[in-house]
Amino acid sequence: MFARVVWLVLRKDLTVEVRSLEIAYTTLFFAVSCVLVFAFALVREGRAPEDGAAGILWIAIAFAGTLALGRAFERERQSETLRALLLAPAARPAIYVGKLLGIVSLLLACEVVLVPLVALLFQAPLFAQPVWLAIVLLAGTIGFAAVGTLFAAMLVRARTRDVLLPVLLYPITVPVIIAGVRATSTLLQPELDLAGIRFWLALLGCFDVVFVTLALWTFEPLMTD
Amino acid sequence: MSPRLRPGQVDFDDLTVDDISRHFGRRRAVSHITFRVPRGIVLGLLGPNGAGKSTLLAMLATLLRPSGGRIRYGAYDAADQGAALRGAIGVLGHDLFLYPELTALENLEFFAALYGVDAPRNAAALALEQAGLADRALDLVSSFSRGMRQRVALERALIHRPRLLLLDEPFTGLDDASAAALAARFALLKQAGTIVVVATHDLDLAEGMFDHAVFLREGRMLDMIDRPSALRSTYRDVMTRRTTDVGAGFSRLNQ
Amino acid sequence: MPKWFVPVAVVCGLMFAAAPLLIANAPYESTMGLVQKIFYVHLPSALIFLISAIVCGVASVRFLFGGNPRHDRLAWAAAELVVLFGIITLVTGPLWARKAWGVWWQWDVRLTASLMGWMVGVAYLLLRKYGGPGSDKLAAGLALFGMANVPFIYISVNYWRTIHPTTNVLPTLPVSMGLPVWFTFATFFLLFLLLLRMRVRLEEQRARLDALYLSADA
Repeated sequence: MFARVVWLVLRKDLTVEVRSLEIAYTTLFFAVSCVLVFAFALVREGRAPEDGAAGILWIAIAFAGTLALGRAFERERQSETLRALLLAPAARPAIYVGKLLGIVSLLLACEVVLVPLVALLFQAPLFAQPVWLAIVLLAGTIGFAAVGTLFAAMLVRARTRDVLLPVLLYPITVPVIIAGVRATSTLLQPELDLAGIRFWLALLGCFDVVFVTLALWTFEPLMTD
Repeated sequence: MSPRLRPGQVDFDDLTVDDISRHFGRRRAVSHITFRVPRGIVLGLLGPNGAGKSTLLAMLATLLRPSGGRIRYGAYDAADQGAALRGAIGVLGHDLFLYPELTALENLEFFAALYGVDAPRNAAALALEQAGLADRALDLVSSFSRGMRQRVALERALIHRPRLLLLDEPFTGLDDASAAALAARFALLKQAGTIVVVATHDLDLAEGMFDHAVFLREGRMLDMIDRPSALRSTYRDVMTRRTTDVGAGFSRLNQ
Repeated sequence: MPKWFVPVAVVCGLMFAAAPLLIANAPYESTMGLVQKIFYVHLPSALIFLISAIVCGVASVRFLFGGNPRHDRLAWAAAELVVLFGIITLVTGPLWARKAWGVWWQWDVRLTASLMGWMVGVAYLLLRKYGGPGSDKLAAGLALFGMANVPFIYISVNYWRTIHPTTNVLPTLPVSMGLPVWFTFATFFLLFLLLLRMRVRLEEQRARLDALYLSADA
């Protein structure tokens, strides 16, 4: 039953998104603009600094993620459909997981474009270790989205939701950013530091587990009036 | 036409609202409301804007917890049963609860599946036929007029055959034909044993529709009248009563 | 106000008056000289900052799952003190570090975790102020997540620093200074209790006023 609700919500979100692609396009373009702005800001002697790649990639993901979260829940707010979901006899944590997977899919789709772009602009060998990079991006995106989905859902009825979401989200997702950037930087080194990668991935994995669990635990009390 | 209840679905024979209050900070939205209605009736919640109709409906839908008092669905208490009860409640809100980017059929199918209805696609198709919108089944809801959306939204609220149906201003934006169709639908639902609760301030369209009517003002219940006729003048009479006369209304409550 | 309030306030005031004497007479630290004395404000503030954060976190969890508004009032008051004592800590720290070791700031474990904790406190207050109705529960959720975050920040920054070792200019705190440290800590702690009580009382009065308004037209 839980899995069925998750699948229903996820499928509905993906269907809605694929129809208009509004959030996908705008988020992607925003992320690309971010990367370009950083590139221009940091260019020195006509070349961008090479070791900026990891940081800029993750900043773009964080900013774009916040935008996507805001837009996704704004959509639910417009027809009060979030309320309709809460009215159903479905388990509320299942709704959370469904929405989480939708956001993660969206962000991963953005990253597919961002990674080559950053690699290109910053001459960074991001594709040296594609499998590891994919795992790091997945773990980090899940962690960021886990906290973000909960906070965005929490703020749906608040008046100042647009500005409060980043204010609440960024301090809490600092470990994800640190781990993500460090792991990506490590992957950019000429020799593979396996122990380092393992450590950061373990940290991201723990973060994901702990915070998804916390979110599942608190989703019901936070969403009921 | 008796409703097909799914196994495990919670069911109840009456709805009891017992001294319900709700406040937001300092503002009293709903204040000590008590009534009880059996199954198979249409109950009207009447009152001006700000009377507390929407808040009361939200509490009946288990979306909002009362600050005081209890709501009982048969023997079940809202506070304890939560999720199970929601399967027996259908809501048509002000904002229709439809995804504009999905087709009518997809909307209904999604909610049918969410409520655990068997064969959701068939149920959705059937519901659209009942609403007379079978030919628009594959069109996006964003292309529908307000009246058409309302019809789809009503089907959405009913697709799981709830025991309790809550409607918030369902006549908004409906033309005469649609309003008449809605009234006829209420009659059918009444026969099937559904408890239909309608909050409205459209007194002309609601004429002759209610088995009981609760009159609200500023969160307080002024009176509850059985089978009210000449709704407009009754409404005027009740609303102009002074608060000290409210006690007279309470005597009707112990039924 | 409870009976203990005024006596404690008097004692606290006296202690604050006496503190400069004790600090001035404390032994000079060998390398830093006079500058080190700011430590007597910095350390207690840092400890009270930590205590406030714990109080806020625990009260938030109890409120989130219990719904008792008393816990919510305590959490809010504690969050304000987190921000207050956090500011004191985060200002006195760099002032001391600049004079003593020549750097304003370093991204080591303690500093980073403190800064992040402080930011969560500020976010909590912003949410309470601008979040609209229902923000009490939301803020409690934020506090819970903030608390859960601390070990992750510690571990990540710690590892990051160990693989990129720079000269760690911040020594382990020399708590062997004895009496002045305990005295100033006790002084700040009393201040913390007084402020907490006052702030909680303010919210209690507000709640009582709301209840009066509500019962006035029952």
